[in-house]
Amino acid sequence: VNKQYSFPTQGGETRPSRCPDNSAFKQQKLPAWKPQLTIATVLPSFFLTGAFCLAVGVCLILVSACLFLSQIDYSDKCSDCSKLRENSSNWNKECYCSVNFTLKEDILGDVFMYYGLQNFYQNHRRYVISRSDAQLLGRNVNRSYCAPFTTYRNGTPMAPCGAIANSMFNDTIDLFYNLNSSAIQVPVLKTGNSWWTDKNVKFRNPKSYNLSSAFAGTARPPYWHKPVYLLDEEDERNNGYVNEDLIIWMRVSAFATFRNLYRRVKRIRQFADGLPAGNYTFRISYNFPVTKFKGRKHVILSTVVWSGGSNPFLGIAYVVSGTAATLTGFVITAIHLKLRKKKTYFQK
Amino acid sequence: MGCAVILFPVLPILFIFLFFLQNNSIKTSKYNFFTFLPLNLFEQFQRIANAYFLFLLILQLIPQISSLAWFTTVVPLVLVLAVSGVKDAIDDFVRSILLTCTLDLSVCVQADLLLLSSSEPHSLTYIETAELDGETNLKVKQALTVTAELGEDLQKLTEFNGEVKCEAPNNKLDKFTGTLTLRGEKYALDNEKMLLRGCTIRNTEWCFGLVIYAGPDTKLMQNSGKTTFKRTSIDRLMNVLVLVIFAFLALMCLILAIGNGIWEYDKGYYFQVYLPWAEGVNSASYSGFLMFWSYVIILNTVVPISLYVSVEIIRLGNSFYIDWDRKMYYPLNDTPAQARTTTLNEELGQIKYIFSDKTGTLTQNIMCFNKCSINGKSYGDVYDMSGQRIEINENTEKVDFSYNQLADPKFAFYDHSLVEAVKLSDVPTHRFFRLLSLCHTVMPEEKKEGNLVYQAQSPDEGALVTAARNFGFVFRARTPETITIVEMGETKIYKLLAILDFNNVRKRMSVIVRSPEGDLTLYCKGADTILYELLHSSCDTLKEETTEHLNEFAGEGLRTLVVAYKNLDEDYFQEWIRRHHEASTALEGREDKLSELYEEIEKDLMLLGATAIEDKLQDGVPQTIETLAKANIKIWVLTGDKQETAMNIGYSCNLLNDDMEDVFIIEGSTSDDVLNELRNARKKMKPDSFLDSDEINIQFEKSSKKPKIIPDEQANGVYGLVITGHSLAYALEGNLELELVRTACLCKVVICCRVTPLQKAQVVELVKKYKKAVTLAIGDGANDVSMIKTAHIGVGISGQEGMQAVLSSDFSFAQFRYLQRLLLVHGRWSYIRMCKFLKYFFYKNFAFTLVHFWYGFFSGFSAQTVYDEWFITLYNLVYTSLPVLGMSLFDQDVDDRWSMLFPQLYVPGQQNLYFNKTVFVKCMLQGIYSSLILFFIPYGAMYNTMRSDGKAIADYQSFALMAQTCLLIVVSVQIGLDTSYWTVVNQFFIWGSLSVYFAITFTMYSDGMYLIFTASFPFIGTARNTLSQPNVWLAIFLSITLCVLPVVGFRFLKAQLKPTPSDKVRRYLIKPEILCSRTRRLRRTSTRRSGYAFSHQHGFGALIMSGRNMRPKSPFLATSIKSGPEKPVSWFGLI
Repeated sequence: VNKQYSFPTQGGETRPSRCPDNSAFKQQKLPAWKPQLTIATVLPSFFLTGAFCLAVGVCLILVSACLFLSQIDYSDKCSDCSKLRENSSNWNKECYCSVNFTLKEDILGDVFMYYGLQNFYQNHRRYVISRSDAQLLGRNVNRSYCAPFTTYRNGTPMAPCGAIANSMFNDTIDLFYNLNSSAIQVPVLKTGNSWWTDKNVKFRNPKSYNLSSAFAGTARPPYWHKPVYLLDEEDERNNGYVNEDLIIWMRVSAFATFRNLYRRVKRIRQFADGLPAGNYTFRISYNFPVTKFKGRKHVILSTVVWSGGSNPFLGIAYVVSGTAATLTGFVITAIHLKLRKKKTYFQK
Repeated sequence: MGCAVILFPVLPILFIFLFFLQNNSIKTSKYNFFTFLPLNLFEQFQRIANAYFLFLLILQLIPQISSLAWFTTVVPLVLVLAVSGVKDAIDDFVRSILLTCTLDLSVCVQADLLLLSSSEPHSLTYIETAELDGETNLKVKQALTVTAELGEDLQKLTEFNGEVKCEAPNNKLDKFTGTLTLRGEKYALDNEKMLLRGCTIRNTEWCFGLVIYAGPDTKLMQNSGKTTFKRTSIDRLMNVLVLVIFAFLALMCLILAIGNGIWEYDKGYYFQVYLPWAEGVNSASYSGFLMFWSYVIILNTVVPISLYVSVEIIRLGNSFYIDWDRKMYYPLNDTPAQARTTTLNEELGQIKYIFSDKTGTLTQNIMCFNKCSINGKSYGDVYDMSGQRIEINENTEKVDFSYNQLADPKFAFYDHSLVEAVKLSDVPTHRFFRLLSLCHTVMPEEKKEGNLVYQAQSPDEGALVTAARNFGFVFRARTPETITIVEMGETKIYKLLAILDFNNVRKRMSVIVRSPEGDLTLYCKGADTILYELLHSSCDTLKEETTEHLNEFAGEGLRTLVVAYKNLDEDYFQEWIRRHHEASTALEGREDKLSELYEEIEKDLMLLGATAIEDKLQDGVPQTIETLAKANIKIWVLTGDKQETAMNIGYSCNLLNDDMEDVFIIEGSTSDDVLNELRNARKKMKPDSFLDSDEINIQFEKSSKKPKIIPDEQANGVYGLVITGHSLAYALEGNLELELVRTACLCKVVICCRVTPLQKAQVVELVKKYKKAVTLAIGDGANDVSMIKTAHIGVGISGQEGMQAVLSSDFSFAQFRYLQRLLLVHGRWSYIRMCKFLKYFFYKNFAFTLVHFWYGFFSGFSAQTVYDEWFITLYNLVYTSLPVLGMSLFDQDVDDRWSMLFPQLYVPGQQNLYFNKTVFVKCMLQGIYSSLILFFIPYGAMYNTMRSDGKAIADYQSFALMAQTCLLIVVSVQIGLDTSYWTVVNQFFIWGSLSVYFAITFTMYSDGMYLIFTASFPFIGTARNTLSQPNVWLAIFLSITLCVLPVVGFRFLKAQLKPTPSDKVRRYLIKPEILCSRTRRLRRTSTRRSGYAFSHQHGFGALIMSGRNMRPKSPFLATSIKSGPEKPVSWFGLI
């Protein structure tokens, strides 16, 4: 072994000092705001929050009192049709059902018609992912996410594919105003009900000279009665993938009970101010079976206010929270006053 | 205060290292360029957390189970592995560089050598072993005569052909046996011929040695214990908590899996019209089983992968602050503090026991002649005009010694009256200094005319002789028979007739000299307790006065010696010296005969006075110790030095003081003695601890064999304990161990003296074993390495010569006093920051993850996530990482000044109050509460409602966006609430993270992103459509209020009703205590205590009388190599 060690030369060039920089950052002396929970900050925060919550809560409750809401469970009322639909072999038999109701006073303003489903697990994970956004954009891509409704056994792809599209709500609900023993169909709007981004960005029809050729080589989903290019034969811009009923259905709900916007009352003629008081009839073409999984179907008429639809939750929650905050504020005040009386300097 | 700095010049050393046993280099670098990636990855996956995430990733690849997109796990995992990998690489790189260069610079002996020859007469070699055992005196080693002949003849040395047989490597520092066979002759080898690794060669120009043990075989390395991987208590707690969380996770998944089974059976089965069961799933229970794993994936974020990385980053950042702290930078040797281990910071805020070395750590290893008492008059204090004693500082006027050309310019003394007494030729004063200049074993060296350098065997003697020199009694030269003194400018040669050498039993030394006038005098100096017995009865009054002075000196922690003389009768002396000669040539019982003779002549002495030497402490040591004591930290001093010296230092740095009820001294020499002494001490401190009803006794009655944690006990007063190494050896044995711990931990201060390096480690190990406490060991020498490695935290004093302690330490700095800043400021902050970080981190992830759990009950237990997958990916990595990092790097509850002013702020850390299992449960409960709010408020607000334009809002995507926005704002407000020190960076991080969230959300949900990456960003338009709704914002506001306001109220009330120390400080409820360390120094002692301490060794008297260590030539020795002390010329060669 032969090794040579040498010391590094000392002296000569002077080493730079290893003294650390005197910067505020390195010395942990950055200027800082040091907020503290003092009585001066805590009490106002409780009382102000309390007052604010109370005010908002009362406002919300008052506002929603002006709302009109009528919800009719027609899965009970149309029990005959329900029974018919329980047997899937009757899928092509039509079944109509009428539901009557009376408006005691006029409903002013925009009136919205919703269908509501209960116990329908649209938020189930496998349901939520069973769709092809690319297909709905009009692209021709593989649809592996659409399981189990991707293709038929013979290889024909479904259009649109996936469990969501396949289970699309397909009842038809019409509203009639019974005036002097004659029934006037209330005029409704079936477009403009979905988000602008969905209608214009998220959904697009495949490009072709006409719609039916665009969907050539595909087949309707198994539960559908008609192919996608016949969803709305009257309106070219509401047909195919951009059909708003489809778009709205494809926006899956967060919960198993939900309502989707179906139609809006078109404010013309005697309906210019809303729905006048009187007797009305919903005429429903009953296609969508729900009884098998103990589901329920509703039809809902509602108006809206600035805070949205009828949901008392926020109003009540705000009032309760506001009250609690204010009460806690008083408790804190009491404790503070009691402590201040015997406030001494703690030694150690 | 007069200071004579005793310098030991480092003379150029020549070494030949004969590497024939083992390569002395140490491989420290773990990786090289090619092995880094596989090795590092392998190591990283050994960490249980990373392995867990790998397992998750594999789970996700199973299509039936995969409930999240692959990127939600892969992106964080890759990021985390990359960050840790880079950190490991940097650590490795830095470590390897440091080790090589510091070893090169060290001037210590680097292997165990057999001394062959040296530059000094008779091949003597002087060494200092402070690194090894903490003793400060010089020791002498002598080579065998056969090898001494080799000299510096390189030719002969290379041809040296002998055979050494020696014992196997062991850890006994004071023992070596072996034989050298040279040219057929055998020579015995013992420890006197060995230069051990770690000792420093002094006063020797060159020496040659033969390497016997090298590298890990050296006695020093054998003594330094194993390097263990250190982990903090928070690390261990974190591991436990992670396991708890895993169990909790499994429980949640189990509940959800069972829920899924029931749901599929009850509802899903019938819902198959619209949603058939997945392929291969044919029963509800199988679906439940799959769902268990799916939920494991979704809920894994309760143990987020970024936890470990964030903890590492925080520790690293807080380590940098230590490196950067100017207040821990020592300008004199340009040494900044250094955090060498970057993973232990928060432990610094929890220290309960400090184990400190003495020499070089508490003391500077410099002795100053400070005070003296001559003939009943005390000198050394300075009084002002009104007779008030004044503190001595840099501005105090020094005594001018310019009248004395031979004075040492570095010596400082402040009391002018002593010089006047000398100038007035006061007889006792002259005799006093004459004694100091004659009675010693110091060797003078005068390389240049008038430039005297003393080579003292003990620094005490050096200080005394230097003092005499400056006061006009210059010890100039000695031969075996004479001592040359320049007395007030007049050279006198005294005949040295005998040296009655020092030893530990006699505790005194005497010389017998004949003055030029022909007077025969015996001069004696020694311990007061011994010398007082030997005084002539005529000295009784003077004895009383001197006793008073001695008490005063002892009270100030000075090392005292009493000096006395005796005029001898010529005839008696002649007779005595004849008997002395006979005794010293006697073959049997020589030692006994000599000591009898010594005792015979050393009696009826005339008292002259006393000297007081200050063992200079490092700056600020008493104040630091006082501050640390206020912080409830117990300090144990472990030193290899003598009991007297150790106790003396104990007194001078305020560890021991006379206010203590008692200081127990354990010095038994059998196991039973030690046991009795320990028991008696405990009986006095806590009599109840012997009752059967005592909790600990009960606990040990029924306990099994495994070591139990002993809870803290309270003594009935303040006590100190001193234990010698010999007794400690017994006390550390099996059955006495417990007794020692219980007794020692009752005392405020424990001093262990004469301990070996390994015993130091054993003491630390003992406390670690029986006490639930964090220990810190601080030292500077190689003898401290073992305890530094053993303690939870090892601190090395850097900037001294040896680097062994620093190299094995976790933190290093130049001065003991920086310890208080390291603990009270950096340690406390690190601990608080880490605790705050963990609390917040667990909270935010519970709040984040449990929302999925609640959603399970509403989504058919289908492992549907609440949030967007991208949000899940980015939540821990982007949206919430920087604010919490900002808090953990910048937060200060009170600033550094206050931290030092109120040491009691440190106590909560020791008691582990800020983060423990209870706190964790609280965080968990808060997280659960928040998750409930965060799920049910958006749920309630959205249930069956619609937008203000009638369109739908209760869709899944809107709900997801709303829930995640609520969550993010709530956790951001929470971090704001936790941050007590808002710097610009914190502001930037918190507001920035929120803005980034909105920016990223709007970008990801934009048209463009959707059209390009359709499958990845399906949330198009959700942000625009949802966040424009007033009721969404109302719901968000309500969630924040409900999550945060209770916390505000709770915290406020807690600070009011049960304030922590830092609450009190911040609300000015504690008055700052003015540090009053000075007042104690002046306090008179009530009990008589000896201040005697003397680091002298037996054997030097005989050496001087034989003349073996004298150079034959003139004192102006011409050397061929002229180099300054800082520039050692060394050459290492190999044969």
